[in-house]
Amino acid sequence: MISGIFHTTYEKDMALRRTHAQKIRIVIVIVFLLVFPFLANRYALTLANQVGIAVIGAIGLNILVGYTGQISLGQGGFMAVGAYTAGILTARFGMPWWASTIVACFTTALIGTIFGIPSLRLKGLYLAIATLAAQVIILWVVTHWSALTGGVDALVVPDPKLFGIKINTDFNFYWVTWGLVGIVTIAAVNLFRTHFGRAFIAIRDQDIAASVMGVDLFKYKLLAFAVSSFLVGLAGALTAHYRNIVTWERFTVDVSVLYLAMIIIGGLGSVTGSYLGATFMTLLPVLLTNLGRAVKTSFPLIDSILPFVQQAMFGLVIILFLIFEPEGLNKIWKNIKDYFRLWPFSY
Amino acid sequence: MQRGFISGLNSSHIKPGETQLRIESLQLNFGGVTALIDVDLEVRQSEILAIIGPNGAGKTSLLNCISGLYHPQRGRIVYVNDREHEVTRMRPHQIARLGIARSFQNIELFRHMTVLDNLLAGAHIHMNSSLLSSLIYWGPAQREHIQHRRYVEDIIDLLEIEAIRHNTVGSLSYGLQKRAEIGRALAMRPSLLLLDEPMAGMNAEEKEDIARFILDVNEEHGVTIVLIEHDMGVVMDVSDRIAVLNFGQKIAEGTPDEVRANRHVIEAYLGEDTSVFPFKFNKSNNNGS
Repeated sequence: MISGIFHTTYEKDMALRRTHAQKIRIVIVIVFLLVFPFLANRYALTLANQVGIAVIGAIGLNILVGYTGQISLGQGGFMAVGAYTAGILTARFGMPWWASTIVACFTTALIGTIFGIPSLRLKGLYLAIATLAAQVIILWVVTHWSALTGGVDALVVPDPKLFGIKINTDFNFYWVTWGLVGIVTIAAVNLFRTHFGRAFIAIRDQDIAASVMGVDLFKYKLLAFAVSSFLVGLAGALTAHYRNIVTWERFTVDVSVLYLAMIIIGGLGSVTGSYLGATFMTLLPVLLTNLGRAVKTSFPLIDSILPFVQQAMFGLVIILFLIFEPEGLNKIWKNIKDYFRLWPFSY
Repeated sequence: MQRGFISGLNSSHIKPGETQLRIESLQLNFGGVTALIDVDLEVRQSEILAIIGPNGAGKTSLLNCISGLYHPQRGRIVYVNDREHEVTRMRPHQIARLGIARSFQNIELFRHMTVLDNLLAGAHIHMNSSLLSSLIYWGPAQREHIQHRRYVEDIIDLLEIEAIRHNTVGSLSYGLQKRAEIGRALAMRPSLLLLDEPMAGMNAEEKEDIARFILDVNEEHGVTIVLIEHDMGVVMDVSDRIAVLNFGQKIAEGTPDEVRANRHVIEAYLGEDTSVFPFKFNKSNNNGS
């Protein structure tokens, strides 16, 4: 019988995976992700790619909102910056997709940092409105600067290529998306083990105390915007290369709200939560559509009301989470783990 | 048994007794309200200076001026470590980097972090690994981190909070939170430690513990301490010198015995024309327990 977890070095005590159960779980997840594309059909792979991109975007937003406490409604706008930068560079200037993706990340980080400047004076709701302005301004520029972005018309992006292989199938793109998800996850988890991440959390919990501890609020708030926007830009660039088409409709304020919903439902200030929330919010509409199809024969009316049902469910789910588990899916997952760790003495 | 520290808690280079902080004719107004009027004060290396005074006398305002949260309208604050720094207009994080740490009257810990993370956050100014190496973690960042962990563990030992190091701060009792906050300030390896009512709301035993920690830090590591405290027994026992504020003015300064005998102080605390003084009573009461 295990009586506790004992570590004999600080190195082991500070490791990310400290118990056997944790190590086994991560191996299972990785094996699943590696095997999945060989077993899944094309439809499931499409969903997997969408989830992967959403996970990157959600981790990015969570760094800013969940960890640093700077509410942002500019997610859609920042994704647009990433998508359009990558799309334009590849479509118009023939830059390889990976290079345009990297440039897109840095461009978005820069734009995000600029729109993060108001955060030095504004907090909470006021900052939310300021970032909403970012969203509106960026989309306005995108739709009106026709010479560069193509305006309201769609921008067509050629298929990405890697080592001479066209990445034009969901199967091929899966490895790109989830490879990047892996890198982003490791980077994000590491970030919050070091003084950078701790400074972010410190700003969220007590900004005055943080400044007295030597945290430069100016620098670290902007850094949070930069790091967050970098990842959001990556999600945007991936969207461009994956869809082969960039349109402004994909980056409206609805997207900002959707991503906020992801991290609230998943769990603010948690990388695992970003995963769970992104997966849940991407698959929920799909699930509802399939459910609608299944009951179509008995309820022929369902076709016409399905879009409304989806909208209503979206709102309902958020409300239910806020009431019953404000800490999100991540907390539920923790509770399940705790239950089994203490089982059968779970009291 | 006391373990030796890996590196001293005290980052100051100047000799004990020399002036470490000099406050010159400080004036602080909030609109029409004057919080501090012409305050002069000197803090010397390795002493414990207590600031006392009735509620609203401007004690916390003075600390806030020193740590850069308030900017005074007039006057200067000069801090000496390797050389003289004028900190009057500096921002809080710049002042922190010079080695001035503080705790707050109302606990201002990072509630969602563990005690350990709070202490590590306190060591923020000593962590230098770059963003990229932090994202990779493996290698230099990890080495730096383990070294800081070792250091922070010494503070955990000193404050006797081993059992709660992995607990989230928000779930701890008031007394332990206060203790963790002192730990966070110590993790900065300060040369000057400002403590704003570290014993407020504690019972006698908890107060004794905190007083012991303060004396340990001061005597073993020579850290200069500026202390705001209302418990006169503790103040008289612990401090080397005392400064008394009343309505924003410094009305007395000196050793505990001098302050105890000072007419202005007696008037401030008890009103005019009285020969009864509360400090003596408090002190004997404290010794008797």
